[in-house]
Amino acid sequence: MEDEWRPKQCSVLLPTESMKTMAESVGVGQLQEESCVALTEEVSYRIKEIIQDALKFMHHGKRRKLTSNDIDHALKMKNVEPLYGFQSQEFIPFRFASGGGRELHFYEEKEVDLSDIINTPLPRVPLEVSLKAHWLSIEGVQPAIPENPPPASKEQQKTESTEPLKAVKPGQEEEGAIQGKGQGAAATEGKGKEKNVARLKARSTHELSVEQQLYYKEITEACVGSCEAKRAEALQSIATDPGLYQMLPRFSTFISEGVRVNVVQNNLALLIYLMRMVKALMDNPTLYLEKYLHELIPAVVTCIVSKQLCLRPDVDNHWALRDFAARLMAQSCKTFSTTTNNIQSRITKTFTKSLLDDRTQWTTRYGCIAGLSELGPDVIKTLILPRLPVEGARIKAVLEGPVISNIDKIGAEHVQSLLLKHCAGVIAKTRPLPDNLEQYRADYSYLGPLLHSHVVKARAQATLQAQQVNRTTVTITQSRPTLPASQSSLGGTGGSRAPSIIKVPSSLTLMSTRPGTPTQPSPSATKYIVMATSAGAASTQQVITLGASQSSSPVTSTVPSSASAQQPLVKVETAGGGASSVGGSRTLQKYIVVSLPTSSSSSSSSETKSSTTVPSSSASPISAEPTVKTERSESPGASFHGSH
Amino acid sequence: MAAVQDAPVEADNEKEIKTETLNDAAGNHASAAGGVIPSPPVASTSSSGPAKAGGPGSEEQQTLMAVLQFLKKNNFVGAVDVLRREAGILEDSDESQGQELAASALGGAEAGDATCTLSRASSCTTSTPAVAAAPAKGGEDQPDVNVVLSAYSQQGDPALYQGYYSGLKKFVESVLDCHRAELSQLFYPLFVHMYLELVYNNHETEAKAFFEKFSGDQECYYQDDLRVLSGLTKKEHMKGNETLLDFRTSKFVLRISRDSYQLLKRHLQERQNNQIWNIIQEHLYIDIFDGMPRSKSQIDSMSGSLAGEAKREANKAKVFYGLLKEPEIDVPLDDEDEEGENEEGKPKKKKPKKDSMGSKSKKQDPNAPQQNRIPLPELKDSDKLDKIMYMKEATKRIRLGPESLPSICFYTFLNAYQGLTAVDFTDDSSLIAGGFADSTVRVWSVTPKKLRSVKSAADLNLIDKESDDVLERIMDEKSASESKILYGHSGPVYGVSFSPDRNYLLSCSEDGTVRLWSLQTFTCLVGYKGHNYPVWDTQFSPYGYYFISGGHDRVARLWATDHYQPLRMFAGHLADITCTQFHPNSNYVATGSADRTVRLWDILNGNCVRIFTGHKGPIHSLAFSPNGKYLASGATDGRVLLWDIGHGLMIGELKGHTDTVYSLKFSRDGEILASGSMDNTVRLWDSIKAFDDIETDDFTAATGHIHLPENSQELLLGTYMTKSTPVIHLHFTRRNLLLAAGAYNP
Repeated sequence: MEDEWRPKQCSVLLPTESMKTMAESVGVGQLQEESCVALTEEVSYRIKEIIQDALKFMHHGKRRKLTSNDIDHALKMKNVEPLYGFQSQEFIPFRFASGGGRELHFYEEKEVDLSDIINTPLPRVPLEVSLKAHWLSIEGVQPAIPENPPPASKEQQKTESTEPLKAVKPGQEEEGAIQGKGQGAAATEGKGKEKNVARLKARSTHELSVEQQLYYKEITEACVGSCEAKRAEALQSIATDPGLYQMLPRFSTFISEGVRVNVVQNNLALLIYLMRMVKALMDNPTLYLEKYLHELIPAVVTCIVSKQLCLRPDVDNHWALRDFAARLMAQSCKTFSTTTNNIQSRITKTFTKSLLDDRTQWTTRYGCIAGLSELGPDVIKTLILPRLPVEGARIKAVLEGPVISNIDKIGAEHVQSLLLKHCAGVIAKTRPLPDNLEQYRADYSYLGPLLHSHVVKARAQATLQAQQVNRTTVTITQSRPTLPASQSSLGGTGGSRAPSIIKVPSSLTLMSTRPGTPTQPSPSATKYIVMATSAGAASTQQVITLGASQSSSPVTSTVPSSASAQQPLVKVETAGGGASSVGGSRTLQKYIVVSLPTSSSSSSSSETKSSTTVPSSSASPISAEPTVKTERSESPGASFHGSH
Repeated sequence: MAAVQDAPVEADNEKEIKTETLNDAAGNHASAAGGVIPSPPVASTSSSGPAKAGGPGSEEQQTLMAVLQFLKKNNFVGAVDVLRREAGILEDSDESQGQELAASALGGAEAGDATCTLSRASSCTTSTPAVAAAPAKGGEDQPDVNVVLSAYSQQGDPALYQGYYSGLKKFVESVLDCHRAELSQLFYPLFVHMYLELVYNNHETEAKAFFEKFSGDQECYYQDDLRVLSGLTKKEHMKGNETLLDFRTSKFVLRISRDSYQLLKRHLQERQNNQIWNIIQEHLYIDIFDGMPRSKSQIDSMSGSLAGEAKREANKAKVFYGLLKEPEIDVPLDDEDEEGENEEGKPKKKKPKKDSMGSKSKKQDPNAPQQNRIPLPELKDSDKLDKIMYMKEATKRIRLGPESLPSICFYTFLNAYQGLTAVDFTDDSSLIAGGFADSTVRVWSVTPKKLRSVKSAADLNLIDKESDDVLERIMDEKSASESKILYGHSGPVYGVSFSPDRNYLLSCSEDGTVRLWSLQTFTCLVGYKGHNYPVWDTQFSPYGYYFISGGHDRVARLWATDHYQPLRMFAGHLADITCTQFHPNSNYVATGSADRTVRLWDILNGNCVRIFTGHKGPIHSLAFSPNGKYLASGATDGRVLLWDIGHGLMIGELKGHTDTVYSLKFSRDGEILASGSMDNTVRLWDSIKAFDDIETDDFTAATGHIHLPENSQELLLGTYMTKSTPVIHLHFTRRNLLLAAGAYNP
C-alpha cells in the first residue's frame, strides 16, 4: 500500500495550466512558463501545508471527514484570511467545462439577489441536540436492542464467506471477541477459558433462542400463509430487520425445501411466495447471502426453467413467476458473482445448454430466455439475437402449423412476446438506422416483421422519452424494490364453505416488480398479477394439503396440517390476444387465483364466479404485455406513452 | 544581545503578544535550564520560586525586561540606562541570557534537549520562527532561518549523496544480524538530513531523486513525516516549516549498543565517509549503552517519535507517583466504614480511588510526594460532604474483573451534525458537558435534578439569610431546565472539564482561550488568554484550583483559577500538545503530543521528568491508573500503550482498535481499562493482568530494554460496537458503571 502512494507523493503538483488559468481569471495575461512552474511548486507546497494543518482540526473535531471549516481554521492559524462562502455546504459542487482545447473544473459562483434571500421563507430550524442513553452492554453482554448494531456486519459476513483464510488471521480478534463475549448467544458462560477454544473452532451452527424460534415460526407461517397483509409484514421484516443473520441458514433451507416440494406438487402460489422470500432476503442490507447460494440458486433456477410449475399450464400464469425468478437470478448474479464462484457464467451455460436443445419444452425455453435476457443487453446480444431465426422458425411451426396442442401454442406465443420484448430494445440500441423491413426479415426470418415494428416503436419512444422528462418520474416510483400488497376486504368469510361454490371475498393486487438492487434502480418491465384469493381459514388449508403429502418437508412443520383440501389455481385469461402484434391495442389480462378442491380440479370448474378484470390504461398499474416490451432497455415512461 | 532583541523585533507588529513572547522565553528558559544547564542569573528570578510565589515577582521582572527591549529597539539609549540603573538590572544580565540562547541555538554538544526546548519555545510563541537566534549575520534577510540551517551549508558533491547512503545501507546489510537492527535506526535520520542538505543547497533534482530512491526504505510509521518532506523541495520552503525546524533544532536520539557503535565508527573511518560522519556528529545524539544489542522488535516498540527515542537520562529523575493522604473526615454514619470514626486526629489514608482494593494501610506511601509539595486548596464543608457521599458510594461499588465486566451505559448525542468535539462527566456522574464545533458548550443534567441558576442580585437581597434552606432559596426555580447552553467561545470547543466540586466548568477552544464557567450562574467567569493558537485540551486538577491546558503552540500551561496568567509553562514538545491529564496526586501532569511522545512534567519545578516514546501517531488520550503508578496512552494508530511511571518504561501494548483512540479510563479500582475509539467500539482490557505480566528485573529497568508480551488478545475482555457512533469519552461512575458518550453520525 505504501509503495503505491510513495512514488506519487513526490510528484503531486498542480498543472502549470492551472496557474495560467488562475492568472487570467485575476487579470494577469501572458504569464511566463517559468513563473508558472515556480508558482506551481510554491502553490502546491502551500496547499499541502494547509491541508496538513486542516487535518489536525479534523482529528480534534473527532470526525473522519475533512470539512471546509477545517481548512478555514487552518488558514486562520496561518494568519491568512479564510475563504468565505463555503461554510454551509458539505459537498462543494465543482463543475466541469471544456472548450477551446482546455478543460476546466470550477466552482460556480452564482450571483445571488439579496432580496431573493430575504423573501424566501426561512428554512426549517435544525433539530436541537439531544441526549439519549441506552445500554451498550449489561455485565459484559450486549443486549440486542435497536440502539445497538446488528450482531454481525455485512462486511464481516462477506469476508467470512469470500475470504475464509483472511478472516481467520487479522479478523481473528473481532471474531473471537464477538463470538466469545460480545453477543454471547452461545458462549456467555466460560468466557475466560473457552475463548481460546472458540477461536480455534470453526463457526458452528447457532442454537436459536426461544424468541428467535418463535420469530422464525411466525415469519415462515406468514410468508406461505393466506393472509396477504401478514405476508407483507413478514416480508418487510425479512427485508429490513438487522438481526436475522443467525436465522439465515434456516430460511435458506426452508426456501430450498419448499421449492423442491412445491414444484413436484405444481403449487404455483407457494412458489411465488417463496420467491418473494428470496427477494426479501436479498433486499436486507445486513445480510450477505453468499454462503447460502448453494441452496437458493437451485431453488430460483427451478422456478425459472421447470417444465411445469402449475397444475394447469394452459391457463395459469406461471410465466410471471418465471420472469420474477429470472430477475432474482440476475440480481444475485450481479451481487455475488466472483471470479471464484463464477455464478454468472455457470448460470449462463445452464440456460444456453437447454435453449440449444431441440427437445426443450416451451415452458423451459421461456425460462431460459427470460433468465438470459435479465442478465443484460450484452448477454442478449451474444446469446439470444443469433438464435432469433431458429426460434422464429420454431414458433412459426407451432403457431401457423397444424394445431397439435393448446399448451404448445400458448407457450410459443409467450416465448415470442418475450423475445420481442427483450430483443427489440437491444436491437434498437445496437442496430444502425434505417430500419428496413426487408432487411429485418432477412436477418431474423419469421420474427423479422414483428421485431421491426417493435424496434421502430422503441426508437420512437426513446426520442419521446427524451422530450417528456416528467413522465419518467411516474414509472420510477413503480420500481420500488419492495413488494407492496393491498387487500381490499379482510376476512369477509370465515369458516367452511361448500367446496363447489367458490367465493372470492378479497382481491389482492400483487405487484411483483423487478428485484432492483438498491444500487441500480434500473427501470424494468413491470408485471402485475391480479390475484383473487379467498381469505381466512380456507386458504391456510391450501398449504396444508400440499404439505400433508410430504411429511418431511419443512412446510409441514410450520403449518399445522389438517384434512380438508383446497388448492389455488391461477388462471390466465387473455383478451384481445396476448401476443398481439399491434402495439397500441388495448389488451386485457386477468390472473385469477381460485380456490378449488383438489378432487374437482377439472378445467371447467375454473370458471370463476367472481373475478377481477382490470383494463389496461395509462393510469392503472396494469400494463399490458405488448407495451411493456420496450420498457426493459429503454424508457420507463415510454410504456405509458405507447398505450395511449 | 542580538538574540534577545530578535524575538521582540519579530513580534513587534503584534503588540499584544509581545510580553507573552518574553514570558515564554524566560519561563521556558528557566524550566529547561533547571534541568540541564546551570541557571543563568536572570533565569533564577523568574521561576524557581515556589508555585504560588511564581506570579508577581517574575512578572515584574519580565515586564521590566520587556520595557527595556522596547526602549533599546527604538534607540532610547538614555532611557535604557536610567531604567536599568533604577531597576538595578545588571547590564550583563540580559546579555548573558542572549549568549545563553545563542550558544544553545548553535547546538552545543551536550545541551541537546534544553536547546530544542529553548529554540522551540520562542519560535512557536511568536508567529514567525524567531528561533532564539545566534548573533545575526549582518545583511541577511532571514537571519533566524539561516542560523538554524547554517549547519547544512557545508558543501558536498550532491551526486555522491546517493552513493553515501547506499554505501551505508550495504554496510548495515552486511553486518552481523544482532547489530543490523540497531544500525538500521540510522537510516531515517540520515535520510532526512541528507535530503534537507540537498534541498538547502539548491540541488533540487538530486534531492528529488534521492527521495524517490530511498524513501521507500523507511519504516512505515514515519510516513506522515515523509509526506511533509516530500512536499518540501525548495530552500524557501524550509523557512517556517515546523517539522523541519524540529528536525534541525532537536537532535535525533538513537540508542545503540557500544559494539554496534564501534562497528559503525570503524566503517565510516575506513571509508573516509566524512559526509555521513558529520551528520552523525552534528545532528544525531547517539546514546551508547553497554550490553547486548537490542532486537528489531525492541527497537520498533520504542521508536516512532519525531525526535527519536528518549535519552535514558531523561527518564532517570525520581517521580513521586504515590497518592496523597486524604484528610481526615468524620463520617457520621455508616457501620461499614469503621475507620472513619475510630481514627480521630490521625491522618487517615483513604486513597480516593483505591480504598476498596483493600490497601487501607495508614502508612505514608514511600512513593508519595510531600503532602504540601504542591499547595492544595483547603477543603470546604461542601467538599467534605461530597467526600462522605463518595465513600458511601464506594462501599456499594462493584468489584470488576474478567469474570464480572461492567455494564456500559451509552449516552448518544443526537442531531449533533458531526459537531460534537468534546465531552466530560462530573465525578459523581450527575452532569454531562459537551463542547461543540459551533462554539457552544452545553451542560445536561443526567439525573432528575434539573439545572438551576442562582437568582439575580436584586432577588438575592430579599432572601432571609438566616433561614435553614438558604441554599435552596437562592436558586431560581424558573430557570430550571435539563440543559443549559454556554455561549462565549468564538471557535470550536475542543476540550471541556468539570471542576471536582461541580461548581465550575472549563472549556478550551480554537479561539485560543480557556474559559471558566460557573455552574451556579451558568455564565463565563474568566477567559484565560495565553495560547495564541487553538487550545486542544484542558483538564482540572483532581483537587480543583489548578488546571492545565495545551494546544497548537506546543506549550502546556498550568493555571490557577484565580490567576489570569499561567503559573507554569511546560515547553519541550516538538509538535502540538493534543491532550493533557493530571496525575491523581496533582503533583504531575502528563501531556500527549503530535510529536508522538508523552511527557510527564513536575508541577513544582516545571521539569520534564519522563519522556515516553513508542507511539506511531499523534496521541489523543491519556489516563492515569487510580493508584498513580501507571499511565495509559492512546493514539491515532489505534494502539494503547501502558507505561510504568516509576521506572519510566513501556510495559504493555494493547492492539485491537482500528482507528484513533479518543478516550481511555481506568475503573475506579484500576482493574479494567476501558478504551473508546473512532472505530465505534468500546473495548475493555484486563489491566491487572497487563501490569502483572511485566518483568521489571534490574537489567530491564537499567537499560530500558523491554520485551513486550504479545498478549493483546488475552487482555481484551470485551468489544462493544456502537451504531456508527464514535466513542469520544468514557467515565466510570463511583459504583463502577461505565458511561460512554459520543455523537451519532448517520
